[in-house]
Amino acid sequence: MSAVTQAHDSYLESFARFEEGAAGSGQEWVRSIRGSAMARFFELGFPTTHDEDWRFTNVAPIAETSFRLAEEGHVSPTARELERFGFSDLAGIRLVFVNGRYEPGLSSLQPLPEGVKVGSLVHELTTDPGTLEQHLGRYADYQHDAFCALNTAFMEDGAFVHVPRRTALSEPIYLLYVSAPTADPAITHPRNLVVAGEESQATIVEDYVSLNGDTHFSNVVTEMVIGENSVLSHYRIERESAQAFHVTTLRAQQGRSSNLASHSLLMGGALVRNNVHPVLAGDGGDCLINGLFMGTGEQHLDNYMKVEHAGPHCNSRQFYNGILDGRSRGVFHGRIIVHKDAQKTNAKQTNRNLLLSNEAQIDTKPQLEIHADDVKCTHGATIGQIDEDAIFYLRSRGIAEASARTMLLSAFARESLGRMKNESIRKHLEGLVGQWLPSGKLLEEAI
Amino acid sequence: MLAIRNLHAKVGDREILKGVDLEVNAGEVCAIMGPNGSGKSTLAHVLAGRETYEVTAGDVIYEGKNLLGLYPEARACEGVFLAFQYPVEIPGVGNAYLLKAAFNAIRKHRGLEELDAMDFLPLLKEKLKLLDMDEEFLSRAVNEGFSGGEKKRNEILQLAVLEPRLAILDETDSGLDIDALKIVASGVNALRSPERAIIVVTHYQRLLNYIVPDTVHVLVNGRIVRSGGRELALELEDKGYSWVEAATQPAVPIPS
Repeated sequence: MSAVTQAHDSYLESFARFEEGAAGSGQEWVRSIRGSAMARFFELGFPTTHDEDWRFTNVAPIAETSFRLAEEGHVSPTARELERFGFSDLAGIRLVFVNGRYEPGLSSLQPLPEGVKVGSLVHELTTDPGTLEQHLGRYADYQHDAFCALNTAFMEDGAFVHVPRRTALSEPIYLLYVSAPTADPAITHPRNLVVAGEESQATIVEDYVSLNGDTHFSNVVTEMVIGENSVLSHYRIERESAQAFHVTTLRAQQGRSSNLASHSLLMGGALVRNNVHPVLAGDGGDCLINGLFMGTGEQHLDNYMKVEHAGPHCNSRQFYNGILDGRSRGVFHGRIIVHKDAQKTNAKQTNRNLLLSNEAQIDTKPQLEIHADDVKCTHGATIGQIDEDAIFYLRSRGIAEASARTMLLSAFARESLGRMKNESIRKHLEGLVGQWLPSGKLLEEAI
Repeated sequence: MLAIRNLHAKVGDREILKGVDLEVNAGEVCAIMGPNGSGKSTLAHVLAGRETYEVTAGDVIYEGKNLLGLYPEARACEGVFLAFQYPVEIPGVGNAYLLKAAFNAIRKHRGLEELDAMDFLPLLKEKLKLLDMDEEFLSRAVNEGFSGGEKKRNEILQLAVLEPRLAILDETDSGLDIDALKIVASGVNALRSPERAIIVVTHYQRLLNYIVPDTVHVLVNGRIVRSGGRELALELEDKGYSWVEAATQPAVPIPS
């Protein structure tokens, strides 16, 4: 029996146990979604590089590892232990999840405007599942995506955010996902649902960290339902250990004239797949998809964008910058689908990459599928090294070589960071990016 | 101030400088003229420390120091400045930021206190006026999207801010219209001083109408073949480079 088949069987056993005790298992709709997702996972199996969507990313290390569903009983970190993750500057609402489980003791919920709900999915499943039944599992595609199917089969905990119509949250909602040490390699399936009513506004930050260097697998799905004329910002930070596997899907359903800004910063993990999938379903929607990925060592960072224009007069802009050092490998797959009724679509895609070593590698692939006839779609990709002419130019002005390199890397990273509007979050990310640089910090933006 | 002796340099297997000898004194404006491919720009870049050129023989003494033994940034800190023929675009790095970083790197090297933005900005604005440049230049990325003339002016702005002891202008006049040329020239002239030497590398005599040199040297095929005063430039303008080229040995043919 192959390792993969064994792993499949272990998912099945694990599912049988999970299904009985999990929150929401008493509700038929939950059982039904979980059951059909599990069945679908078995039919699909883990993807291989023969699958066009996975051509550049081999998930065999995930398929062949025998993960155990992270159970309760781990030693939970103290608030002090979490301080090193340096998010204290982010005021506002904080939810902490340890090995996929909501930890109220580490979280801080502030008074919220009337009607706003921020809490754990478990809590919502067991107390007030009405909104969940309407949305949970309705958008993320578990019919075609095996990881999404696996997450959906095991979905139980994560963040639930509901912002009612005409409500604006001024502070970001910060979600911290901590991987704590376990005896066996652990798998978690964080499942987040954000429902934003008409003319609402909110900012969500998902930040993934590891307490130590253990192998673990975070298999994340976030669904966002963005109501008419509402404005949502989503930030994803992946900074788990160099042994971590991380597959994540952001699936956003955008209503008429809604506005989404999705920002990603990938710097941790051994094998990371970052799926961003907005569907511009109404007229005049707008989405900005912005990302920075920075790899080193043997890291593999894969960004798979799927921007679906389903309604007319929508704008989408994708900007992804990659910096790859060591023997790391990056992937940018930018798919734009313009459905036949999505006339006057304006879609743009730019992927820029800097390779800092001879062994680093990037695969970049635009994929445009256009079924309407009055659209504007542009795409462009660049791959290059640090510009040695620019280095010499800076050195000839008295700037030391190391500083000159930092200046150019900072400028490249700031292209992405500069698109992040929320200042406190941007500063948090600037700090993280700075730590990654040889200089330990980003150079200042202006004098 | 600067003594170049028997300087040989090559790129790959191609020897470009074949024994350059040149003396430049403090207070002097020295013009180096020559036809295309004579090695003018190579000489300028070798002096600034460009590593793509390999120095195979000779030495360069600057203020009593072995210039060739210094990194480019150390040369800049010691007061050497090269105004590039083709200034490099650096997206994402602000012009003012670069100027302040360079200014302070040089001050630090000299044991002076670094200036903060509050003290640096007035100085910068004063220099902008000198070159008739809009303050908007400061917030733009270094040379990004600049016109040819703007790039050249930006080089002279850096020169004016950094106040080097030895300024090397590599074809700063190329591609400039007459108005821009006058502005650039007056910027350079304002920097003439008894403590400073300026090497003007140019293909055309025109610039020398505005920056009047004390000495003129003609570089042909990697060697200085004629030296003289300002009148040499005028003579060249009249007779063309073929006049001096004819007087020198033919180039070694490149083996096919």
